[in-house]
Amino acid sequence: MASKSTPSKSAPSAAAKKPASLPVTRDQLTGWYRDMLLIRRFEEKAGQLYGMGLIAGFCHLYIGQEAVVVGVQGALEAGDQVTTGYRDHGHMLAAGMSANGVMAELTGREGGYSRGKGGSMHMFSREKQFFGGHGIVGAQVPIGAGLAFANKYRRNGKISATYFGDGAANQGQVYESFNMAKLWNLPALFIIENNGYAMGTSVKRASSETELFRRGAGFGIPGEAVDGMDVIAVYQAAKTAAAHAREGHGPYILEMKTYRYRGHSMSDPAKYRTREEVNEYRDHKDPLDLARKMLIEAGWSDEDALKEMDKEVKQIVNESAEFAKDSPEPDPSELYTDVLVEG
Amino acid sequence: MPIEVLMPALSPTMEEGTLAKWTVKPGDTVKSGDVIAEIETDKATMEVEAVEEGVVGKLLVEEGAEGVKVNQVIALLLEEGEDDSALEGAGSGGNKSSSGGDTPPRPSPQGEGEETGSSKGESSNGGAAEKSGKGGSTSFPSPLGGEAAKSGPGDQTTGRTGGGKPETVKHTRPDVSDPDIPEGTAMVKVTVRDALRDAMAEEMRRDETVFVMGEEVAEYQGAYKVTRELLQEFGPQRVVDTPITEYGFAGLGVGAAFGGLKPIVEFMTFNFAMQAIDHIINSAAKTLYMSGGQMGCPIVFRGPNGAASRVGAQHSQDFSSWYAHVPGLKVIAPYDAADAKGLLKAAIRDPNPVVFLEHELMYGESFDIPDVDDWVLPIGKAKIRREGSDVTITAHSRMVGFALKAAEILAEEGIEAEVIDLRTLRPLDTDTVVASVKKTNRLVCAEEGWGRMGVGAEIAAVVVAEAFDWLDAPPLRVHQKDVPLPYAANLEALSLPGVADIVKAVKAVCYAE
Repeated sequence: MASKSTPSKSAPSAAAKKPASLPVTRDQLTGWYRDMLLIRRFEEKAGQLYGMGLIAGFCHLYIGQEAVVVGVQGALEAGDQVTTGYRDHGHMLAAGMSANGVMAELTGREGGYSRGKGGSMHMFSREKQFFGGHGIVGAQVPIGAGLAFANKYRRNGKISATYFGDGAANQGQVYESFNMAKLWNLPALFIIENNGYAMGTSVKRASSETELFRRGAGFGIPGEAVDGMDVIAVYQAAKTAAAHAREGHGPYILEMKTYRYRGHSMSDPAKYRTREEVNEYRDHKDPLDLARKMLIEAGWSDEDALKEMDKEVKQIVNESAEFAKDSPEPDPSELYTDVLVEG
Repeated sequence: MPIEVLMPALSPTMEEGTLAKWTVKPGDTVKSGDVIAEIETDKATMEVEAVEEGVVGKLLVEEGAEGVKVNQVIALLLEEGEDDSALEGAGSGGNKSSSGGDTPPRPSPQGEGEETGSSKGESSNGGAAEKSGKGGSTSFPSPLGGEAAKSGPGDQTTGRTGGGKPETVKHTRPDVSDPDIPEGTAMVKVTVRDALRDAMAEEMRRDETVFVMGEEVAEYQGAYKVTRELLQEFGPQRVVDTPITEYGFAGLGVGAAFGGLKPIVEFMTFNFAMQAIDHIINSAAKTLYMSGGQMGCPIVFRGPNGAASRVGAQHSQDFSSWYAHVPGLKVIAPYDAADAKGLLKAAIRDPNPVVFLEHELMYGESFDIPDVDDWVLPIGKAKIRREGSDVTITAHSRMVGFALKAAEILAEEGIEAEVIDLRTLRPLDTDTVVASVKKTNRLVCAEEGWGRMGVGAEIAAVVVAEAFDWLDAPPLRVHQKDVPLPYAANLEALSLPGVADIVKAVKAVCYAE
């Protein structure tokens, strides 16, 4: 196994790709586009409900980064575990959790995944093997390594995928986890979602080594930089990395170069970057626009069909918002439940 | 019907704002994500983005308008196929809003009629000081521009339960008792060290998802030899030497527990667990609650706690009250070998995260253990180690031995002390303590750690609340002096609580001197 990081594949300019030679199937790309669209519309709606005061506290939107989680999820198998930080709505939807359950958790209602006791940053689903939703920056990394440890211990053939941001990449526990994950060759994918900013601090102001995929080199973990705005590039990289982990070669690091359009959280005016920079991504590198273009150029879809899809997705999202508003607040008796497993 | 664009709340504390600037004009086509206006909130100037597609039909609020209320309609967007005629009569409320529904008031976490400043929001720098009166909301802008460090949402736990008597802390504790020991059961002498080892070995034989991890637990046979011979019996997959990486392996253990295993995480001492306390509390203790009951975390964090001998301040701290403070954890601190074994077996079987506090200076002490097949004790039950009528002494871990010695000395002077070994600190068996005080009318709480906010403070508070009328003297606490533990032999001895301190406190509450 390569003990040093492989260099970046230099983010192939996906727009220049010949649609005729797309390395994925029509169903795959169509499905991913729809998943990304669902996340985009869901997050826009969440932002709107926040503006109306129906969602409170912290709310971190995933808009712009959709291709990362959708592409990686496409490379996972049923039963593989997913863990992430607090920018987690997209990960839950991609894992197959219901829009209703996620939105109702955002509004703190009984119908939410945690019955209103977790909120935006703390949601889980055993059924979908989604293990949070962690509010402490970087804490999900050893937890993800622990899930991989359990997979190896139980010889169940599953891998765990752990997402964290460029900010979390500077937490010490990430490297404690890298060390153990490689030492024991745990079946773990570490996906760094590098959106350029840890809250308001750019990567170059916070990191001595800004090529984050190299961060595993000292532990012998291979790493790779990926164009995180191109769902196909993400899928291909994740597929290779997942196979590596599943076949017993240990962890793999994927640095997804991505971008978030919105502020860090809802109350972030995002004055640390220019509008031009945001627009550059939004207008020229948008993951949905790119996938849409590929679908049309490949002759796999057309404007009408995509418009229809948009309507369907909007319907799901609007229903989730209605559900999240109509679902009652948790019963006061819920205050004392779920502190301990009884019996 | 045109889409109504509402004045958005752009921070958790915002109730109104200034519409500083429109960046679109009627007739402009906008799509989701386009900036349409700039709004000054209580914290910053924010750009407002469109969330729907459409053509700007009408701007209803002038540039520079101050005091625009959240959720007020500020503009109308024409949907595909609509023209200006659709604007007539729109925007006066009751129409289709861009959110697709009415706007209920913000739910208040504090209940009715009371507003909290920023206590539920991102600029929260702490609880009570920010509490504001009705109407006037006070907030403290954060120099971080909105997010005060990386903490979660602000303190919402101070909610009152309405008028009248304040609610006392609930100690939910199952009604349990020790198993009966059959007549004629032989007793065997075992050290605390071997009792702990036997407990782990028995549980590992019983359940193959149980494994031990920590520094030097395998090949070295345990830094204090508590895991002696486990590697030989169970192999390296189940007895796992970790690097020196407490934060990492505590978190990894939590992940393994989520993944269906039952980890026993050994800390070489609990002093080093301070590096890992985030995972013990934030990841292990809180996740069941935060997941609405889905994500149990069956894990045991164990190791020696408290002062050893002459190792200085950083290696000599009692964390009893730290962990016992946290809902979602169980906390056990046994004294003798029988309790160490019976309670560690119970801890490993428990579906919850358990902090199991041992004591280095007790590892080599030998005690009788009933020679039965499966010695398991209930978590949450104190044990009366010595009956007495004049005073109740509570203690846990090594201090139980000191309390028993003190009781002997006191008996010679005619004072009969009842010694209660707490055994479990969370849930805390206050019933046994309160019943005892109702008999003896006097209380001394002994612990090895610092007294401020300590275990004794908690017990005294409960006894005062529940047995005030039975008390013949104010309860007293015996604890370490309020200093970091010194290295020098004489200073160390002066700092740590001992038999003489307990005797003195008992005489004081008995007015015997």
